[in-house]
Amino acid sequence: MAAWKGLTTNVLSHEPALYENSFPVEGGTYENAGHVSSQIKALLKGMKISKEVVRRAALVTYESEINICSYARSGKIVLRVTPEHVTIEAIDEGQGIVDIELAMQEGYSTATDRIREMGFGAGMGLCNIKNFSDFFRITSEIGKGTHLKMVIRIDKDFDGI
Amino acid sequence: MTLREIKELLDAEVLVGHDQLDKEIKTAFGADLMSDVLAFAKAGSLLLTGLTNPQVIRTSDVLDIAAIIMVRGKRPSPETLRLAEELLIPVLTTKYILFETAGKLYAKGIVGCMERVDDERAFT
Repeated sequence: MAAWKGLTTNVLSHEPALYENSFPVEGGTYENAGHVSSQIKALLKGMKISKEVVRRAALVTYESEINICSYARSGKIVLRVTPEHVTIEAIDEGQGIVDIELAMQEGYSTATDRIREMGFGAGMGLCNIKNFSDFFRITSEIGKGTHLKMVIRIDKDFDGI
Repeated sequence: MTLREIKELLDAEVLVGHDQLDKEIKTAFGADLMSDVLAFAKAGSLLLTGLTNPQVIRTSDVLDIAAIIMVRGKRPSPETLRLAEELLIPVLTTKYILFETAGKLYAKGIVGCMERVDDERAFT
């Protein structure tokens, strides 16, 4: 199953990567939750990218990371920066999502009490990810895992706030 | 207002960030739901919350939150404080409830980082 927003990804693969790296995320624990997001944010901050783009990239990475920690056995976050786009992929091995359309609905969640105690699990995560990305695609296979792809345009005219 | 003035106003205790009390604050956001904080809070705002787990600090780092006020006398775990120290995010705790905390700040000119959720969102 899949759902998406925005342009097709084919354009992006032709752009030369200025930076590309993969960061492992541990599933089933919150011990290091958010660690990869902080790392990626610090990396992007050092790349002369506007504050707004850095913030949006960090935000979608963080929501994805929380999802991996909450629902998956293990996963990774792949960061790719080109002159015009920041691409973040969150790929996990886990239970997958049964009904993506339902999962994308604001307020729908299968979160446990543990997740809710942390201030998440209100059915906002995927909506936030979609809203803060220029391009977003989610695919999932039951019993195997979920793959999110988020792209944020680097707006050179925007100098941040 | 400076964070120092906010500390006095709320009779708050500074847990992390004694060296950042001169920071100027103009806007705030209050919630116990981190997903809402992520959706609505703006960079440079003060975060008022009753949650104390490490994800409050991570969320604040992602959003460039200026400082965190933990309300209702909440005290975070050493793990949360360690992370705040590492990420240089000031954390204060006040005995006032969320409503009173927000009201006191508002009366002194601090405004919400947005008025309504149907205000134009900056990045959507």
